Amino acid sequence: MASYKDHLGRPLIAVTGMGVVTSLGAGKAENWAALTSGKSGIHAVTRFPVDHMKTTIAGTVDFLPESNEGMSALTYELAAIAGREAVAQAGIGSDFAGPLFLASPPIELSWADRLAMYRSSDKGAGYQRLFDAARAGHGRAIFDETQFGTVADRLAVLFGTRGLPVTTSTACASGATAIQLGVEAIRRGEADRALAIGADGSASAESMIRFSLLSALSMQNDRPERASKPFSRDRDGFVLAEGGAALVLESLESAVARGAEVLGIMRGCGEKADDFHRTRSKPDGSPAIAAVKLALADAGMSEDEIDYVNAHGTSTPENDKMEHLSLSTVFGPRIRSVPVSSNKSMIGHTLSAAGAVEAVFSLMTMREGVIPPTINYDQPDPAIDLDVVPNVKRDADVKTVLSNSFGFGGQNACLVMAREPV
Amino acid sequence: MSPHDVVITGIGLVSCLGEGAELHWKAFKTPSLPPPIDSERFAPYTVHPLPEIDWSLQIPKKGDQRQMETWQRLGVYTAGLALDDAGLKTDEALCATMDMIVAAGGGERDEDVDENILEASLARNDNGVLLNEKLTNDLRPTLFLAQLSNLMAGNISIVHKITGSSRTFMGEEGAGVSALQTAVARLASGQSTHILVGGAFQTEHPDMLLGYELAGYLHRGSWEPLWARSGDGGGVITGSGGAFLVLETREHAEARGGRIYAVVDTVVSGLSPRSEATFAGDIAALVGALGAEPGQLLISGASGANRATGTEREALGDFSLRGFSGLTGHLKEAQLPFAVALAALAISNGEAPGVLADVETPYSAAPERVLTTAIGHHRGEGAALVRKA
Repeated sequence: MASYKDHLGRPLIAVTGMGVVTSLGAGKAENWAALTSGKSGIHAVTRFPVDHMKTTIAGTVDFLPESNEGMSALTYELAAIAGREAVAQAGIGSDFAGPLFLASPPIELSWADRLAMYRSSDKGAGYQRLFDAARAGHGRAIFDETQFGTVADRLAVLFGTRGLPVTTSTACASGATAIQLGVEAIRRGEADRALAIGADGSASAESMIRFSLLSALSMQNDRPERASKPFSRDRDGFVLAEGGAALVLESLESAVARGAEVLGIMRGCGEKADDFHRTRSKPDGSPAIAAVKLALADAGMSEDEIDYVNAHGTSTPENDKMEHLSLSTVFGPRIRSVPVSSNKSMIGHTLSAAGAVEAVFSLMTMREGVIPPTINYDQPDPAIDLDVVPNVKRDADVKTVLSNSFGFGGQNACLVMAREPV
Repeated sequence: MSPHDVVITGIGLVSCLGEGAELHWKAFKTPSLPPPIDSERFAPYTVHPLPEIDWSLQIPKKGDQRQMETWQRLGVYTAGLALDDAGLKTDEALCATMDMIVAAGGGERDEDVDENILEASLARNDNGVLLNEKLTNDLRPTLFLAQLSNLMAGNISIVHKITGSSRTFMGEEGAGVSALQTAVARLASGQSTHILVGGAFQTEHPDMLLGYELAGYLHRGSWEPLWARSGDGGGVITGSGGAFLVLETREHAEARGGRIYAVVDTVVSGLSPRSEATFAGDIAALVGALGAEPGQLLISGASGANRATGTEREALGDFSLRGFSGLTGHLKEAQLPFAVALAALAISNGEAPGVLADVETPYSAAPERVLTTAIGHHRGEGAALVRKA
């Protein structure tokens, strides 16, 4: 009988349910079909006017009734859709009976509501008028959308998770952090299973402008589906996107005991903070290198055992260069023969959701034996010598994956996943 | 006594009362009312403002200070106080391996930009275009970084060189509860050896007050004591301040000769549906799960919110309550870390904080097991037991 413990005597963590929604569609099947045929979900923005903006494209999720109801409502819905798919696949009913870890964006009152409140009063000006409207009771219906805990609280009720849910934000690494929190809780023996969700429905004019002012976004608006081009010489920024993904994490022992199908193993997690700069990485890549090494050590594996890297691969000049530096440092010359692809070439950067979305795609890569390509790879960056699985999917026997997530604020988190428990 | 006990070795506190563990202990030992307030700047709301702070004492580089607004500066400053207090500030090796969990909301918006857009919107019927026009021209590019929730932690890494792990939790009082609970669980299980945990809240910005007042939570009119806010409004008086703790395993603290204030024994949390029938029972059960006994000293993070605080008072009337927010105002994400810090100070000083109201019964013994609560003004509940080391 296989062991239920890892190399450090901790419970092995299985994934028994997965769900995903991105601009490519809702559900694993739809996403996987698009992803493996190299289809892009990036399109011209229609949710709000783009006058005066330098970037006019995004990977927004526009096909839901909640798509125009603000970031709190859409983030909740993306999380709920992914969560339902994951919980159903895991064969768990309406009582999840384990903790919830949610990665979601920081919440703010939407401009639509701000402006509507302003119109509802004629006393005073500026914030004074908003306060007057609030005192008249015009804010009650929108109060919840301004509370950072609302999305997780609603999900906790929806899925019957236990205790106070945790909402985490580690910028673009949030989704990986939510998974790590779940893994750690099960390893501590606090629960047999945990629900980890990453969701981000925060694309608004203001958020696009904020990223744009930091020169982070691609401005290749003419052909939206071609704009996200990780590792290419002519990459010029990431494409803002939305999405959600959920994973049911469960001790392997519990999964086997209840006869659940094991979809993969979450072998190890690593994280390391960078103290160099608010948006830039330490030039020597040492924090990202450390995060990769810590994840491998946590998994009890050497770099030689990694079959595929699901890259952070944002398509910003800075990230892709730094990611190549850190991977080539850890893997040495072998990195040139390890496939490294970026899902973001097709779905854009789903921010708080990215780590979870890409973990689901990593697990599917192993299960399906197919590596999704890095599309739009027509002009290789000569400084980045990687096998990026250019433009076309590749059949491959993938037993292990390293998935990277790096974010503003010095956040670096890496996950190591395996197809089999061994 | 166990080598895996989670001990408090550093306390950083800032509130309207001032800064530092020692100053706060004095202020709570013999409290005087009313505490520092400002009832004019945001009238009809009263706030407990920040004290005078020389930011450069904890954030030496002006360039770093400029990259932050007050909320992030406050968190970085308070975290620095805790590191100093623990004697770890200059220990590069231990800072480089220190884990961190920050309970955060969001940073300050640009008030002028917001108000210009609001006013201009009355004369326009293309508000979407108006927004783009104003935001693209008027927003300061780096302001976004001063607003991002996880950039309080990011700035702590940059300024204090804390580079183990960096996690930010969100969700009002519950964020502080989960941050503390997760930190304690990681230490107790051997997943970490030393962790910086805490949060800060900067209330002196209209958008931060609006976050409460949309649901009518703020107390209006002149200042009133915490447990007796009978006037207009929802009962919450907010404050600017923060609380950070350095937590270590006993083994780790003793090996480096760190001073131990107290042990964080247990942290519990809940998400009560808050129905009329069950809310008081849920609060009592949460505190009961800590093995609480009637008469015990309980440092409450009650917000003043009419319903939540009234229910807490009803549920926990058998304990010797101390509502610290009566002196500091509600510090949102920092409520439970602040309460735990005060509990540790009471234990290490062998004395209970002074009473602030009739509902707060005297406690004359040297406290050895102190309860703390953070019952969210709107949602989420947490409690912790702090005991003598």
